[in-house]
Order: sequence, then structure tokens, then C-alpha cells
Amino acid sequence: MTRALWTIFRRDLALLLQGAPGRGGAALPLLFFLAVAMLYPFAVGPDTKLLARTGAGVIWVAALLAAILPLDRLVEPDLEAGFFDQWALRGISEELLLLLRILAHWLSFGVPLMLAAPLAAGLLNLDGAQLWTVEVGLLLGTPGLAAIGVTIAALTAGLRAGAALGGLLAIPLAVPLLIFGAGSLQPGGDGGLLLLAASSIAALAIAPFAAAGAIRAGRE
Amino acid sequence: MQQCRLAAYDLACRRGDRLLFKGVGFELHGGEALQIAGPNGIGKSSLMRILAGLLRPYNGRVEHQGLRALSDERPALDAHRPLGEALAFWGRIDGAAEQRADFGLEDLLDVPVRYLSTGQRKRAALARLAASGAQIWLLDEPLNGLDTHWGASTQAAIEAHRALGGIAVIASHQPLQLQMLRTLSLLDHMA
Repeated sequence: MTRALWTIFRRDLALLLQGAPGRGGAALPLLFFLAVAMLYPFAVGPDTKLLARTGAGVIWVAALLAAILPLDRLVEPDLEAGFFDQWALRGISEELLLLLRILAHWLSFGVPLMLAAPLAAGLLNLDGAQLWTVEVGLLLGTPGLAAIGVTIAALTAGLRAGAALGGLLAIPLAVPLLIFGAGSLQPGGDGGLLLLAASSIAALAIAPFAAAGAIRAGRE
Repeated sequence: MQQCRLAAYDLACRRGDRLLFKGVGFELHGGEALQIAGPNGIGKSSLMRILAGLLRPYNGRVEHQGLRALSDERPALDAHRPLGEALAFWGRIDGAAEQRADFGLEDLLDVPVRYLSTGQRKRAALARLAASGAQIWLLDEPLNGLDTHWGASTQAAIEAHRALGGIAVIASHQPLQLQMLRTLSLLDHMA
């Protein structure tokens, strides 16, 4: 069983990192994230104080939207090709499969965002302390975003216009993460990180079960 | 091969608000084969999914002893990967010996799955099923897209599987040349 799960995890990660024809890879959310950080100063002007005050919030909005980009390829292609049915026949639980997929999704978008955050911080004129808070916040918050993403992807897989619907459904669920993440950057906002971690853990605890239930219900 | 058994009791299937069939029952032991016949849309694929445990029957139950493997119209092979790698993925999961010889795939192992023809993809899916080591084969339209030669080879592979003590359930509207084949016509069980 462990060997099977390891094999499946490696495939998940390879597909999400490198992508495949029609699936894109980890580069797309990353470029999107950096593009927002680059465009924002052009849009509001080179007022360094304004940038420093609002920049961290922009990073969080960009991270949330970058997390939504790969939603339609998280579950749908494998459901369509019959992979989930074949795994079910082999007695591999959907909950475990989706937990692995959350981990793979996080590694392919959360970690690259954390690596790109210093660059975005430079573009938005954030200082070292703010960048540190952003990095810690992303470390705590992106697993929650990954969990929400996989759940929504499983719920909307197989629906017509599932990709557009998925984005709309994921945004309200991700609002607490955004509020606590951006809030942790305000003066005296240290509690925000704790609330961010709590929201993330709650999302992670529920997601594998909700997503597995969605996949099983989709078979009926 | 280990003892295996597949039994269905009083199965009924409902899709939407339409009852497709009812009162389907049979019992198969090692070495036996059953063809599920009937015209399109009568519920052959739904019955196969019920037997595989992927769909809950509206009524009745399925008992099985031994591992089940299903081959339907979805091959579950990564389209962008070479066939050899796509099959090796399932080989690592199943941890069973490779038996591609039966399906003539040796020359295709470097070819990405998306470039394969319908028949070649079907053979790949059958090879994946044969290599899984499962005792109970559930084959949904296994001869679709296969030419005469590979159709005969596939039936030979089914016979070899039965000779080893395996069970085969085949949903097909085409006549099959299998020894001692039992037939279940879903037309007799229409609701």
C-alpha cells in the first residue's frame, strides 16, 4: 500500500510541477503572481509609502488568485481518464489520495510562491520585517489554500463550466485566509498569524473527507 | 491462483428516474465466464460498474472473493506519457508481473499514449488489466475497436485466465467464441 501511495504521489507531483499538454505546470501560477506584483506599482504610481503600506495585501490577493489558476486540472483530468475508478478498485481510499493531492498541489504552488515572495516584496517596496511576516504567513496559509483548492476541484469535476464555477466557489472560502494573512501585516497584527494557522488547519482537516465524498457522489 | 467467486443477488439499477433492469442474479466460480448481452443503453455498463463496486445498486447485493479488475472505455493511462511508462505506473501500484506479450505492445512502448489508435489503446487497457493479477476480470466491451486478429487474441487471453482459475464477466453485444460461456441477456430483466 505504501509503495502504491508513493507511486501515486510522485505522479501527482510530476503532473502538477511539469504539467502536461493541456494541463500547464507550476510556472503559470508563479508567473501570474509575479505579474500582479509587477503591474500594481504601474497602476497606483511610484509612491513608495503607499506601496509599502498596501503591498503586502496585494501579495495576498495575488497568492489567492494564483492558487485558483490550476483548479481545473487538480482532479478533473484524472476523473475523466478513469484513474479514480481504478484506484477505488484497488481499495485505495479516496481520502488518502486527495490528501496526497493536497500535498502535491501545495508543493507545486505554495512553495514556489514563497520562493518568489522576496522578488514580489522588492517590486512592492516591502521592508525586511514585512517580507518575513509575508513568508511566515504564506507558509501557514498556503496549505489551507491548497486544501480548499482540491476540495473545490473535486466538487466541480465533471460539471460543465466547472473551471469558472470552481474559481467563484473557492474565493469566498478563502476569504478568512486572506483576511488573517493580510491582517497579520498590520501593526499589532501578530494574532493574525495564529488565526491564519487555525484556519489553515481547519481547512486541511475537512478537505480530504469533503473532496473524497464529492468524488464518490460523482460516481452515482 | 487463489479461490475466487463472484455472485450477484437480485440486482436492480436505477439511473435518474428510470429503472434499467431488475432481478439480475448469478454466481460464478473460478474458471467460469459470463457474457452480459443486450442492446445499447440497456444498462450493461452500469451493471459492470455495480459488479466492480463503483456504483451502488438500487436493489440487491454483490458478493466477491478475490480481487476485481475493470476495463471500460477509459484506459486510465496518461495520454502524454510513453505507453511503457504509463503501464509501468500501474505495474508499480499492483506489484504484479508484466504480461504484455499477449497484446503485441512491444513495439509501441516508446509511443505516447495519445498517438495510439483506438484499438491499440484498448489493447493497452487490457494489458493493464491482465498484469494487475486480479482474479475477477470485468470487461466492458473488450472487443470494441479491435480487429479480427486482436479480437481472437483477446479471447485467447480470457481463456488462458480462466484456465488458471480466474473469472471473466464480459459485457458485449458481439458474439464471443469462448468455451462453456454462460450468457445473461439484460433484455430478460428489463423493468
